[in-house]
Amino acid sequence: MKKLIAGCLVMLLFSAWAQAQTLRFTAIPDQNTARLEQRFGKVAQYLANRLKVDVKYIPVKSYSASVNAFKNDQVQLAWFGGLSGVQARRAVPGSQAIAQGEEDQYFETYFIAHASTGFQPSDEFPKSIAGKTFTFGSKGSTSGRLMPEYFIRQHFQKAPKSIFKRVGFSGDHSKTIALVQSGSYQVGAVNFKVWKHELKEGKIDTSQVQIIWKTPTYVDYNWTVRGDADKKFGQGFTSKLQDALITMHDKTLLDSFPRKQFIKADNSMYATILETAIEVGIIEK
Amino acid sequence: MADLEVTTLHPWQELQRLAIGAVTPDFMAVYEVKQAFLNTVIFAFCGIFLSIVMGSVLAFFFEWKPVRLFCAFIRAVHEIFWALIFLPVVGLNPLCGVLAIAVPYTGIFAKVYAEIRQESDHSPLAGVPFQTHPISRFFYGVLPVIYADIKHYSSYRLECALRSSAILGFVGLPTLGFHLETAFREGLYSEVFAILYCFYFLIASLKYWVKEKISWLYVVLAFAFISKEISLSWGNVTRFFTYEILPWPMRREGVLSGTQDISFSWDQVWGWGQDILQTEGFAGVWETVVLTQIVLVGTGVLTLLAFPLVCRHFQQGFPKHFSRYILIIIRTTPEYILAYAFLQLWGPSMLPAILAIGLHNGAILGHLTGQNADLIQLRADAPKGKINRYFFEVLPRVYGQFLAFLFYRWEVMMRESAILGILGIYTLGFYIDSAISDDKMDKAVFLILITALLNMIIDTTSQIIRKRLKISTKLVTSS
Repeated sequence: MKKLIAGCLVMLLFSAWAQAQTLRFTAIPDQNTARLEQRFGKVAQYLANRLKVDVKYIPVKSYSASVNAFKNDQVQLAWFGGLSGVQARRAVPGSQAIAQGEEDQYFETYFIAHASTGFQPSDEFPKSIAGKTFTFGSKGSTSGRLMPEYFIRQHFQKAPKSIFKRVGFSGDHSKTIALVQSGSYQVGAVNFKVWKHELKEGKIDTSQVQIIWKTPTYVDYNWTVRGDADKKFGQGFTSKLQDALITMHDKTLLDSFPRKQFIKADNSMYATILETAIEVGIIEK
Repeated sequence: MADLEVTTLHPWQELQRLAIGAVTPDFMAVYEVKQAFLNTVIFAFCGIFLSIVMGSVLAFFFEWKPVRLFCAFIRAVHEIFWALIFLPVVGLNPLCGVLAIAVPYTGIFAKVYAEIRQESDHSPLAGVPFQTHPISRFFYGVLPVIYADIKHYSSYRLECALRSSAILGFVGLPTLGFHLETAFREGLYSEVFAILYCFYFLIASLKYWVKEKISWLYVVLAFAFISKEISLSWGNVTRFFTYEILPWPMRREGVLSGTQDISFSWDQVWGWGQDILQTEGFAGVWETVVLTQIVLVGTGVLTLLAFPLVCRHFQQGFPKHFSRYILIIIRTTPEYILAYAFLQLWGPSMLPAILAIGLHNGAILGHLTGQNADLIQLRADAPKGKINRYFFEVLPRVYGQFLAFLFYRWEVMMRESAILGILGIYTLGFYIDSAISDDKMDKAVFLILITALLNMIIDTTSQIIRKRLKISTKLVTSS
């Protein structure tokens, strides 16, 4: 028995050391979570070819898991949302946002409603949504939670829970669309990129669900790398990585995100996201 | 007081798709997730082995109050909460899954092993010479007596560990739940059922391949094949326990100034705790208790309805076997998965949670009560009509035990009620999940402690009630 225990412990310890220098990255599971490994596996392949190191994609189930993986150095690179990026960089001093999608400079959230509500598209914030059922996306999402909650609080001066009949968190944007389309929730807040993407793929029945309001633009997703990447993978690695990201032109790769192309980014661009998160109470002050 | 609304507009449409999925399982999908399947088994074996070792050791010191409290605490926290705690500590890797199973199960094993020892027949000890060393006394006078019970209980727990291991995937570990959640979310019901059928097959086949003599081999294999991608950093572990779970007021200045220093101001910490209790804690406790109590009664009703279906005094032959298999299938499906499925169908309210926990526990208790009722010898003048026989002969004789089992499961139901908050109903799990997603581990841990405390209170209350009513799970066959 003792030998057995000792053997097991030794094996566990060995496994802790048996790690090569591999660049690991993850991406927040923001939409259509099936076959993530196939989709992001191709991105890993591309990065490996460009950077000449092993690259591995680590799938995660939640936004907070991606932040934790980054904190723990289980991944050195991550495709974060605006909020999760801020959370991650706050927890790991020295880490940097190095790229964002072209669309992330002026990102939007769409408020969508089921046809039975009779709501029509408008340029004004739709105050009539009070008293309806409402779903956000993931609790940690910028476009599905932070920004819509911010605008809701701004216009009602109350927390969502005391405005709506029922508040839910769908988990991801595709699910938000599905839930509002099926009438499970009357109103929802969704990432505009995912809405457009699913509309193009014919997954949305516009006789059942439509956009009723678009938020003002804000800055969103980002590629963030840990500050110790150069030390780990060699001098100049971070800039090589940044270069590999912004020169990614293969449409099948970019569709995984989905973005037209990546452009340079830096931490200061996300200061407003931090302020908003503090105001909403997601990040403590 | 409970919110029981069906919020989906077309619940039957989705149910229909679910039913189609049930008859068209896509087994290719299981082949694609074979690694997750293997992980589920590996985590369960590693977890159960570690908890048996630790639990056996702790069982020896169970008379000692701090040990008893410690064990009560670690088993009061659901394995999913443990996983959520270990996730930021050891990272998203096999060790997290193994620990999430091993820790609560250690508490359970310690308690049950100690109970088995206490209730065992002590007479063989009289034959052991007086000055024998306690260790020898144990191996020659106690272990042989209790061995069969221990073995039986441990193998039952292996089945539980496989269920736990599977549902850990729902929070991101690479087990079956990971793919099950994705398939459910995307509405790929053929994949859902293929995975579920294989899982049932795995559980049903356990008794054919897990034999006592070779079980050590499985443990060794499990440890050998566990993924070697564990990057445990002690820095993370210490950072978590000595820094991240400290209440925010203690870390505030350090975070804002970038020095990560700690300051002590009890006033502010007290205020922080009060604030969490007032805004979320009490609301969460209330909803959890409401759900638990509804489920307790619901489970009782379901059990009383279900047990005659599997009892020889009411059913024979094919109908009895058929009902038995239905109960086994419901029991084998983790309540978390049932709740998840019902939530997809009917939208978020307490209804799916009530049904899920009620069905799962009702199936377990129905099976057990049915078995007990089978042991009863009917009196010669027992009523011939089934309804009269049920109310005047069988039910009165199994009722005490049935109540004991029901109260025994009370704290389990509470733990499940709390955890289902992760799926969107406003029990404690909801607030814990929110705190974790806001990256506030201090708040999450604080709320988990409250959940554990509530669980320990219910556990103690249940013990007192069982003592007062003088009911026990042991059947009095000769009365």
